[in-house]
Amino acid sequence: MSMLQVFIYRYNPETDSAPYMQEYQVDTQGRDLMVLNVLEMLKAEDTTLAYRRSCREGVCGSDGMNMNGKNGLACITSLSEVVKDGKLTLRPLPGLPVVRDLVVDMALFYKQYERIQPYLQNDEPAPAIERLQSPKERDKLDGLYECILCACCSTACPSFWWNPDKFVGPAGLLQAYRFLADSRDTATRERLSDLEDPFSVFRCRGIMNCVAVCPKGLNPTRAIGKIREMLLADAT
Amino acid sequence: MSNMRSLTFDAIIIGGGGSGLRAALELAKSGKKTAVLSKVFPTRSHTVSAQGGITCAIASADPNDDWRWHMYDTVKGGDYITDQDAAEYMCSEGPKAVFELEHMGLPFSRFDNGRIYQRPFGGQSKDFGKGGQAARTCAAADRTGHALLHTLYQNNLKNNTTFLNEWFAVDLVKNANGDVVGCIAMCIETGEVVHVKSKATVLATGGAGRIYASTTNALINTGDGIGMALRAGFPMQDMEMWQFHPTGIYGAGVLVTEGCRGEGGYLVNKDGERFMERYAPNAKDLAGRDVVARSMVMEILEGRGCGENGDHVFLKLDHLGEEVLGKRLPGISELSKIFAHVDPTEAPIPVVPTCHYMMGGVPTNVHGQAIMQDTKGKDKVINGLFACGEAACVSVHGANRLGGNSLLDLVVFGRAAGMFIENALNEGVDYLDASESDVDSAMQRITRWNESSGGESVADLKAELQGIMQTSFGVFRQEDNMQEGVKQLADLRERIANAHLADKSGAFNTARVEALELDNLMEVAEATAIAALERKESRGAHSRYDYPDRDDVNWLKHSMYFPAQKKVGKRDVNFKPKTVDTFEPKVRTY
Repeated sequence: MSMLQVFIYRYNPETDSAPYMQEYQVDTQGRDLMVLNVLEMLKAEDTTLAYRRSCREGVCGSDGMNMNGKNGLACITSLSEVVKDGKLTLRPLPGLPVVRDLVVDMALFYKQYERIQPYLQNDEPAPAIERLQSPKERDKLDGLYECILCACCSTACPSFWWNPDKFVGPAGLLQAYRFLADSRDTATRERLSDLEDPFSVFRCRGIMNCVAVCPKGLNPTRAIGKIREMLLADAT
Repeated sequence: MSNMRSLTFDAIIIGGGGSGLRAALELAKSGKKTAVLSKVFPTRSHTVSAQGGITCAIASADPNDDWRWHMYDTVKGGDYITDQDAAEYMCSEGPKAVFELEHMGLPFSRFDNGRIYQRPFGGQSKDFGKGGQAARTCAAADRTGHALLHTLYQNNLKNNTTFLNEWFAVDLVKNANGDVVGCIAMCIETGEVVHVKSKATVLATGGAGRIYASTTNALINTGDGIGMALRAGFPMQDMEMWQFHPTGIYGAGVLVTEGCRGEGGYLVNKDGERFMERYAPNAKDLAGRDVVARSMVMEILEGRGCGENGDHVFLKLDHLGEEVLGKRLPGISELSKIFAHVDPTEAPIPVVPTCHYMMGGVPTNVHGQAIMQDTKGKDKVINGLFACGEAACVSVHGANRLGGNSLLDLVVFGRAAGMFIENALNEGVDYLDASESDVDSAMQRITRWNESSGGESVADLKAELQGIMQTSFGVFRQEDNMQEGVKQLADLRERIANAHLADKSGAFNTARVEALELDNLMEVAEATAIAALERKESRGAHSRYDYPDRDDVNWLKHSMYFPAQKKVGKRDVNFKPKTVDTFEPKVRTY
C-alpha cells in the first residue's frame, strides 16, 4: 500500500452553499501515475466529482487545473513532479467562476481569444495553390501556433485576475502575435490599432507566471514583448 | 414532454471535430441557420491528436504527383472494399480542400521553395505501385491535427457559426415517416434537456476507440453518433474493421505518428533486427498499417518481443539526429519523454499495436447522405440524416485506412456534406414535424437513467466491455473466441440496461454524460462483434486464424449490420469510378 492523500475543491451549485475541500485516500501502489489517472480512480468511486478531460495526452487543453498551487494539465503532470509530503491538493484554475468542482466557466477567457480576431486575414485573392511561405518565415510561427487554449497561463496572471474584461491576457496575446508574425497575414495595422489602448497589451507587467506554467513550454511574455515593440514602432 | 424547450436550425452538426467544423464552415458561409453541437469545446475534439499529416497529391514534394496514384494506394490499402467512386472523389477534390486550409491559415511546414512540406507515409506509391515510395503527406511538424482543428475553429469564428459547446446529443428524433428531424440534446453545464429541430442532422461524432481497453483514442471517443443511429434502427457498415496502429506507446496507448517511420525511423525486435524487412521486403516499415501491426504481433508471439515480458517492440529513431527530431517530430519527442520516459534521441521507444481507428460507420454516399437498405436490399437515402468523418463509412478506407487519409476524409467529406445540404435547403426540404410521442421515444434512454434507483456502476461495466473487446476482437481473431465475446456482450447489454446513475444533479454532471456514453459504447461493441463473427475471411484489418485468406468470391463486399435483427447482410462495393478505370482486386503485397 502506498497511500496518497488528495484534497479536492468541491462545489455543486445545486446543493452546496459554499465550496469546501474534500479529502480522499488513493492507493497508488507505488506507481508514478499522472494526476488525471488519480482523478479517474476517484471518479470511479465517487461519481459526483466533476472535471473536464479528453485527449489524456496534453494536446486538447481540457484538464487545466491548479495542482499543489501551480497551474498545469492533469494528464501530463506526474505525481513525482507535483506531490509534496504525500499530499496533493487540486483546485480549479484561479480567477474564473467555478461551475462545479474543478470545472470553471471559460467564457471570459474565450472572449479575449475571440477579441484578437484569431484567424488569418489576407485581402489579396488566393492563388490556385497554396500561398508560398519560406521555411524561415514559417519558423516565426513556432512557439506560437502550438497553444492549446488550456487557460493555465491567463489564470495564473495577476494582471488577468484584475482586468479579465480589458486585458487580453497571455493566451490571447500569444495568438495575436501568432497572426502578426505570419507572413501571409495582411491585417497587421488593424490588429495593432485594436491593441494600442492602455489595457489590452500594456497591462502585462512582465511577471512571467504564464511562462512558468505553460504546459507546452510556450513563452507568452516574449510574444507580448514583440507586440509592444511593434506598437511602439508603429507609433513613431 | 410538452414543457421541454426546443431550438430550431436549418442544420445541426453534432460534433466539433474536423469534419463537423468543415461542414459547419460551408453552411455558415451560406447564411443557413447552422449550429455545431459538441460535447466538448471544439478544439478539445480528437482531431487535435492527429500528428503526421494529411495525405494529398498537391504535387509539392514531387511535381509530377498524381491524385490517381493516391487513389490507387487508397483502394489497395483498403484491401479492395474501398468504394472507388468515393476514393476518386476524395483524392481528386483533395488538393482543393488542402489549399483552402492553407488559405485559412493552417501553419504547414515548408520546403525551401515555400511550398507545403510533404513526408512519406505507409502504403504510398508513385505510378500505381510501380514507381517506388511517394512522399504525399502534408504536415505541420507532427501537430497537423492540432493545426487543422484550430484553423477550422478560427474560421468558424470568423464566419459567425453558432456553437452549442458542452452539449451532449442524446438520441435522434424521427417523425412518423422515419425521417430524421432533429435530436434530443442536453446542455452539460445546466443539465437542461432540449428538443433540437432541424431539417438536416449531421453526425460528425468521430470514432469509438474507447470500446477497447488499450487505444490511442481520447477518452471522449465513445461512438455517440453510431450509438444514436443504431438505436434509431439504422444499419452500420464494415463495423468489424478496426485499425490497430502499429505504434502506440507501450503501457500508455498514446500515439506515435507513422511519420516517425516516414522520416526514417524503423521497428526492431529484441535482437535488434529490423524485422519488417522479412514481412514487407519492398515497403518495409512503410507497409500498410494492418500489415505492420500483424508483423509486430507475430514477432511478439514468436518470442522476439522486447522488455521483461517480451510484449512489445522498439521504434528506433535516434539515428535521425536531433535536428530532424526537433524540427519534424517535436511533439513525439515530448510525448515519448512524458509517457515512455524515453528520450528518442538516445533510446528507442517501446511500442505495441493499439486500437486507433474505426473504418466502419454510418454508410453514406459522397454527399454525406446516410444510407439504409430497402426490403429488396437496394440503397435508400435516409431523409434528414448525414454523416461525415470517422463516424461515416463512405467508404474511402475500406478494410484498412492509410495514414494521413483520415484528415483528408474529414475536410473533403465535411465540405461535401455542407455543400450538399446548402443546395438541398435552397431547393426546399419539408418533413413532417415530430409528434409528441416521437419525441418521447427519443427521450426514453435519458429518462431510464434519470429514474434508475439501483444497479451496477458505469465505470465497472465500461471496464468489462473494454476487456471483452480487447480479448476477443483484437489484431487476430477466431470463431470460438468471438462467439464467447458476443455472448458476454449480450449479457453485458442486459446489465447496462439496469445500471445505476447515482448522481441525478443537473449542473455539469459528468456521471450522466458517462452513463449515456456507455450505452453508445455498448452499441458500437455489439455491432463490431457480430459483424466480425460474420465476416468469414481475412481482409485488411480483419484477420482471422480460422479463415486466413481473403475470400473475394463471398466477401468482396461491405458488411451491413442491422440492429433490430442483430443480423449481418452485405452491400456491394462501388467499382465504378467516373473518370478512371476500375482498379481490379489484386493480391496485396508491400
